[in-house]
Amino acid sequence: MTDLPQGPTAHARGAPDSGVPASGVPGSDVLVSARGLEVHFPVRSGSALRRTTGLLRAVDGVDLDIHRGETLGLVGESGCGKSTLGNALLRLVEPTGGTVTFDGTDVTGLGRRGLRDLRRRAGMVFQDPFASLDPRRTVRQTVSEPLEVHGLRSGRQERSARVAELLELVGLDPAVADRYPHEFSGGQRQRVGIARALAGEPDFLVCDEAIASLDVSVQAQVLNLLRRLQRQLGLTLLFISHDLSAVRHVSDRIAVMYLGRVVEVGPAAAVGSEPEMPYTQALLSAVPVPHPALERARQRIVLGGDVPSPANVPSGCRFRTRCPYVFEPCPDVDPALQPVGAPGQLAACHLHGVVGRPVQREDAVAAE
Amino acid sequence: MSELAPLLEVADLRVRLRTPRGPAEVVNGLSYTVGRGETVAVVGESGSGKSVSVLALLGLLPARVAAVTGAARLDGEDLLTMPPERLREVRGPGVGMVFQDPMTSLNPVLTIGRQLVEGIRAHGEVSKAEARDRAAGLLAEVGLPDPRRALDRYPHELSGGMRQRVVIAIALSNNPSLLIADEATTALDVTVQAQILDLVAGLQSEHGTGVIWITHDLGVVAGIADRVLVMYGGRCVEDGSVDDVLERPAHPYTRGLLGALPDLASSDDGELATVPGTPPAPTDLPAGCVFWPRCPVRSDPRCETEQPPLAVVGASTGGLPHRAATWCSEGSSR
Repeated sequence: MTDLPQGPTAHARGAPDSGVPASGVPGSDVLVSARGLEVHFPVRSGSALRRTTGLLRAVDGVDLDIHRGETLGLVGESGCGKSTLGNALLRLVEPTGGTVTFDGTDVTGLGRRGLRDLRRRAGMVFQDPFASLDPRRTVRQTVSEPLEVHGLRSGRQERSARVAELLELVGLDPAVADRYPHEFSGGQRQRVGIARALAGEPDFLVCDEAIASLDVSVQAQVLNLLRRLQRQLGLTLLFISHDLSAVRHVSDRIAVMYLGRVVEVGPAAAVGSEPEMPYTQALLSAVPVPHPALERARQRIVLGGDVPSPANVPSGCRFRTRCPYVFEPCPDVDPALQPVGAPGQLAACHLHGVVGRPVQREDAVAAE
Repeated sequence: MSELAPLLEVADLRVRLRTPRGPAEVVNGLSYTVGRGETVAVVGESGSGKSVSVLALLGLLPARVAAVTGAARLDGEDLLTMPPERLREVRGPGVGMVFQDPMTSLNPVLTIGRQLVEGIRAHGEVSKAEARDRAAGLLAEVGLPDPRRALDRYPHELSGGMRQRVVIAIALSNNPSLLIADEATTALDVTVQAQILDLVAGLQSEHGTGVIWITHDLGVVAGIADRVLVMYGGRCVEDGSVDDVLERPAHPYTRGLLGALPDLASSDDGELATVPGTPPAPTDLPAGCVFWPRCPVRSDPRCETEQPPLAVVGASTGGLPHRAATWCSEGSSR
């Protein structure tokens, strides 16, 4: 990942698009902050020479603040870059541009030691509890590894006591510590994954589709657990999911991604009920709710076509190729997040006034 | 919507699988009907037997491990006792099936065109050129842009939504009277799901196709179903019109399932109701009511030892009886 191109696309952005100053200083309200964050992957073609023929803009200029103690829900369709963004915030993939600040420290410049500290303070819960646990290690081995790596508990007995504490915290019987993953159901495995993520006593937890592979009744158990842990431990959560109902339920604020960019962010009630960006409106209108009368009366906004490829992003507003309200400035001005609707709600849409960076010739990529 | 003679009539369907841990009773006496143009949603969590029950209908379970009993009459003809040659004739024009994962249900090394043409020519005397024309027409019908070119493409060149449209086109290629969709939109994004649901509804009203839609997404059910069948531990624990089952659930399991759903429409952010525990293993079903080990009600002493029969509960709407297999259905509104 280190040989990613640092060419013309990794240009430093001037003032952040949102006009909000970069924050994330220690003691401030913001724990994690991204400014102009980019993760671009080279697209190679040809079998022999493997020349780089294009760029896949998985994350393409994201400005985002995550406040201390909040749950920020991150939604978007598959391929919009939400997982890559979560990974880039923890430097599990290397950003190719922009900055990430964690509690006042720029993590894009961290060395080995700094990264190790970041790994302790920021944890990850993965989607697939079957793939993310080592089948040959007991729950005790899995959960106590972070304790050893970070030198948090010395001695086997102390670690054992801590493992028992962690298992109890996630609602598992400490007596199961010496069992292997295959002896657990999906929901129980996800609890083990959460216990492992909590072992380093992190401030920040990224949950990437953490309930997607669970049955409905078990999803509810894990959602309740995450909310309880967050309150109990004062955690800051980034909850990445394509399930808008679940995100609406757990989040304080919601950020919506489309083609590598955050296009709307704001309080969960505002974004969930009164979205201002046409893409968010379409996305929400497509979520079916379990009430037959509401479903029959509902007017869905059915978007035409598929999401454009992130290797060929439309110029200006990247949603313009599917937007029902597209008008003159959309292809020519890359919209910046601007205040709309409720306090704290931002949307990148020219319908609220043409704000943003005019498209320059060299990065005007034709989408059609 | 159903006419006098239902399109499909399933009676006392039972499936027993041979497993290394002993016999598994995966489906235990399932009975339902699907009318012409009717959509029946089969709802349940993983392991509830919903997929196996439809695979059994189509003879898609290997006979070495699966013992299927009961009856499944499609237009009066029993699918379960039919000789294999006849079943093969019936499957294409009679029943189309759409599976969950469009990547694994398409052959990655054959073009879309070949896979469509194969199905069309297997069930009719059609020339290759004619079949290709029909295939292109089908792709246009399911909303694939540039269908002529798409015929020469391979599955990996299409997005997930596009692939699922191709699978639906294949399922519809012989104008089946019954379409079975097993979690057909689960792997898709909500916007694509909305497109596919609209598509199926359109085709259904045009051709009068009966649809069995297997899903765990009660939101989808609310939008498309006429009738709902809730499965748990291989049994139907509740069935009835979509309004009765979703708005006035009678079985404690159905109520638990609905309570566990975060609701996009409400801003209440209290704890979600949960159904504690996990579904029973089909090799080790409880002696009494299948839901007893997880049931929060248990209002009748018989629950522990006897399986309650599926019986009519309260008033029903939409001309369909509302039934539940429970003795614990008091106060049955949500």
